[in-house]
Amino acid sequence: MSALLSLQNVWVEYGEKIVLERVNLDIAAGSFVSIIGPSGAGKSSLLRIVLGQEAPTRGAMLLDGEPLTPECGPDRGVVFQRYSVFPHLTALGNTLFGLECEQAPFSARLFGARRRAAVAEAREMLAAVGLGDSADLYPAQMSGGMQQRLAIAQALVKRPRILLLDEPFGALDPGIRQDMHTLITRLWNEYALTVIMVTHDIREAFSLGTRVLTLDKRRHDPHAPHRFGATVVYDLPLSKRASAASTGGITIDTVDNN
Amino acid sequence: MRWVNRRIRRRQGILLGAIPLLALALTYLVIAASRHAANPNDKIFPIPGAMAEAMARLLFEPDQLSGRLLFWADTFASLQRLGLGLGISTLSALLVGLVLGALPPVRATFGPLVTGIAVIPPIALLPILFIAFGLGETSKVALIVIGIAPFMIRDIAAHVSALPQEQIAKAQTLGASSWQLMLRVALPQAMPRLIQAVRLSLGPAWVFLISAEAIASDIGLGYRIFLVRRYLSMEIILPYVAWIALLAVAMDILLVRSSRRLFPWAHGAAH
Repeated sequence: MSALLSLQNVWVEYGEKIVLERVNLDIAAGSFVSIIGPSGAGKSSLLRIVLGQEAPTRGAMLLDGEPLTPECGPDRGVVFQRYSVFPHLTALGNTLFGLECEQAPFSARLFGARRRAAVAEAREMLAAVGLGDSADLYPAQMSGGMQQRLAIAQALVKRPRILLLDEPFGALDPGIRQDMHTLITRLWNEYALTVIMVTHDIREAFSLGTRVLTLDKRRHDPHAPHRFGATVVYDLPLSKRASAASTGGITIDTVDNN
Repeated sequence: MRWVNRRIRRRQGILLGAIPLLALALTYLVIAASRHAANPNDKIFPIPGAMAEAMARLLFEPDQLSGRLLFWADTFASLQRLGLGLGISTLSALLVGLVLGALPPVRATFGPLVTGIAVIPPIALLPILFIAFGLGETSKVALIVIGIAPFMIRDIAAHVSALPQEQIAKAQTLGASSWQLMLRVALPQAMPRLIQAVRLSLGPAWVFLISAEAIASDIGLGYRIFLVRRYLSMEIILPYVAWIALLAVAMDILLVRSSRRLFPWAHGAAH
């Protein structure tokens, strides 16, 4: 398997504080990578540097062999836990946004036949995430689960090389979360996505992922805890997932205690 | 039931809100009537009849000198100055605030300048404006602009720069350039805030307008009030003040209505 995304000896430091150290990682195309780890272990920092919101202090990041610019771009889609849809646009407007930016550099709006084509594409995407009937709702009129569906549709309409999920289901009720797991698994299969998901929920990490990474500190200095950063301490490939994933949400235990 | 939990229905609300206004009017009438009974020439608390008589002259009879209906000419002149001042301020707040809020290099360069201008008491600049622009309309409009624009710019810039980082990152992953981000993400979300800023600036704008008119003018609501003060003409001053209050309330209501109509997404889920 060729590596789609490759991190080579990546460090993230904030002044004295070392957050990530010596992260070496190859992520294959089509994999679903879950990242877990204790709070403050740099899960979100790792996601932010892959996303391009921050630049690593040291090290190289390659996407398809090309160095990644430390700036967000359309090759990487993202869904955050909150605030990743635009409150002033309807569901359809939110989904259209990516298409409009690409095709109309100056006005960022489409007209006539090009708009009709874009609207058709956006509606198809909304239908794929189960928001076919909610195209004209504003995010404030939607539930948390619907907003996350919209955020996913919004990202997928751009066909990103990598989809980054930052605790995307952390704020949802257990029942809704189960639906979202089914949805993301289906989309991952249908659109042949490469997904990196940060989560707090270990069960979610194992039930969705084809590979689970655990970030933690290898060394600990009790007098200067900030001088050692976290790195990948466990890297578990889950080969069984490829076939099982298509059946949808796998229930390991029925008690939903997250 | 605890007072914090009391819900006031719409009709009840109107009734309750009217009570203090009516009480105030009644108190005034009682005082005016008693003073009028003691001294029919009392000028401090004119009775409504005297007010109506004095206002009728300003409303319907052309001025002997200029041939204008003074009340309407005053209103028109003041509203024109206010409108120009508010318009220029609003437009510059939107443009400058947006650029300042969205682009960190611009904010770093011009932020301190805007803050510096904003902390100067505008009335202290009035002499400079009179010297620079003369005593005409320009200096009055300029006073309003200098008085409220920096506040509005800072408000819009702060609002735009406080947009969630997640949204900015998301827009960029959807392919937005700086320009597209400002046009499609920052600008629409700044608009309801801009209307809010205009509402908050209305009070100061009126203060600067009346001050400028009081100091150097030959027409305008503020000019008239300060002119007739020399003759203790409370029967003109009081209706003028009430008229100014009415205009201000009407503008405020208009702004709230237009914000609700134009930007329903900014006013909760119930739209």
